[in-house]
Amino acid sequence: MLVSNQVIRAENLTKVYGDFIAVNNISFEVPRGESFGLLGPNGAGKSTTMKMIAAVSTRSSGNLEVLGMDPNTEGPAIRSQLGVVPQEDNLDQELRVRENLIAYGRFFGMPRAEASKRADELLEFAQLTDRVKSKVEPLSGGMKRRLTIARSLMNDPQMLLLDEPTTGLDPQARHILWDRLFRLKERGTTLVLTTHYMDEAEQLSDRIIVVDKGEIMAEGSPAQLIRQYSSKEVLEVRYGSDNNAKVAKKIADVGERMEILPDRILIYSDNGERDLAEITKRGHHPTTSLVRRSSLEDVFLRLTGRTLVE
Amino acid sequence: MTTPADIRQKALNPKRWGWWYVTELRLREMRGYVSYVVTSSIGNPIIYLLALGVGLANLVPQGIEGVPYLVYVAPAMLMSTILSVGAEEGMYPVLSGFKWHKVFFAIHATPVTPGQIVGGFLVHLAIRFTFTAGLFFAAIVAFGAVPLSTGWLVIPISILGAYSILTPLAAYSASIDDDGGQFALIQRLVVMPMFLFSGTFFPISQIPDWLEWVAWVSPLWHASELGRIATYGLSEPIWLTVTHVVVLVTYAAVGGYFMRRAFVNRLTR
Repeated sequence: MLVSNQVIRAENLTKVYGDFIAVNNISFEVPRGESFGLLGPNGAGKSTTMKMIAAVSTRSSGNLEVLGMDPNTEGPAIRSQLGVVPQEDNLDQELRVRENLIAYGRFFGMPRAEASKRADELLEFAQLTDRVKSKVEPLSGGMKRRLTIARSLMNDPQMLLLDEPTTGLDPQARHILWDRLFRLKERGTTLVLTTHYMDEAEQLSDRIIVVDKGEIMAEGSPAQLIRQYSSKEVLEVRYGSDNNAKVAKKIADVGERMEILPDRILIYSDNGERDLAEITKRGHHPTTSLVRRSSLEDVFLRLTGRTLVE
Repeated sequence: MTTPADIRQKALNPKRWGWWYVTELRLREMRGYVSYVVTSSIGNPIIYLLALGVGLANLVPQGIEGVPYLVYVAPAMLMSTILSVGAEEGMYPVLSGFKWHKVFFAIHATPVTPGQIVGGFLVHLAIRFTFTAGLFFAAIVAFGAVPLSTGWLVIPISILGAYSILTPLAAYSASIDDDGGQFALIQRLVVMPMFLFSGTFFPISQIPDWLEWVAWVSPLWHASELGRIATYGLSEPIWLTVTHVVVLVTYAAVGGYFMRRAFVNRLTR
């Protein structure tokens, strides 16, 4: 029997902890080779969904198939084909960098010689060849993340699961990491990632589901979602936290739609510069202003009335 | 394209050997603190034997239960050392694997199951206990405290004894989210009294009747008495010897069951 092209098939997937519904009846499919993102704020149910896909958390109800198998009953076989990058690094502090990879490869039944060879290749891929004998603790946050990604690739996985891969990293470290992940994507590795960073979701995902409070709010490619739920451009103007709401009333007719946040006003339109000129012409000179293209952050704001990072 | 059947086939190796890969990992980790294990394994028995077995023995020239004091106390000191390592290994190293270093979660992201993690953890500790007990045994033999050739049985007995205290503690450690001082309390209110009232340095007949129950529930007393039978042929009714074995096996088995259950719950919730 051949496996279908879908590596994940979730139908009415639900996870309940006591009275709390962490994941509520969600359905989605992920085809082989796709880079699939779950975008949502902290506590949206992304990590719980990821744990069920990773075959380490049993679902409460619904159906879930990963690589054609049921994670509740065939966890070890499914996990043998996955690479997992957890939200928090769980590298082995007692082992050195290279040993971390070799020891991990052994859990997949790799012979020692093969694990050593693979570890060397991956240390090169992760740009850590000069740290092979280092202990884990002194590595920077970015290096630890890259080592965790290298570790997750030891078994040459069919699918890589990344839970908030760049949370807590500085911009430079994030870009290095994105570059490595982009290379994997180009090689055809199926990537499933959760993130609450819209730029990360846009950079790495072919398709996204926007999740909030355990439910799917929208689904599509980043461009589709922006087209469907936002405008081409966004004008951000600031008048000071006490004045934003007052000024907003006076310029309510400018642009297609408006969101008033505590620190700024967002005006959605096709031409931000034109709208800024109009506002200024009316005598409402903002303290600062910015015209930018619409992002997934705007999509999320439109769908939930809240920002992603609160 | 890979089929589920191919995947299941590839996963057969870790399905059989997952527990051993966990043992292997823990042996690798041990290389980081091997000097501590070796030094304490050699130093502890020598210090104990000199201070208690030889020094204190001068105050008990008539010996106890028909044997010199050193012969009487040596197997119990070995048991007390190995069981205290067992108690230690059942607390922080277990909680740390879930809470601080999260190594158990990292292992569970692979084909290795929670049951195999427990198995590998216990096999590694059996190796560690064998090493430490073996050196202790060599020391008490060198001090002339093992008259019988069956004395080597103290090594497997000490492993059983260590498991009997380790597994219940590990089950508890795997089920808590944080250490808010519970481990210190266990150390002071459970482990320490057990070591004082388990017939290590004197027979439990010397303990007031109302305190004797502590020895009966203490794995250390049962392990020490079995050790004495092995090293110098302590004479006691057969039912009592059977009771020692049954108590230790029961603690270890019930503790092992709950330890596995706690690991499964923690890793799959």
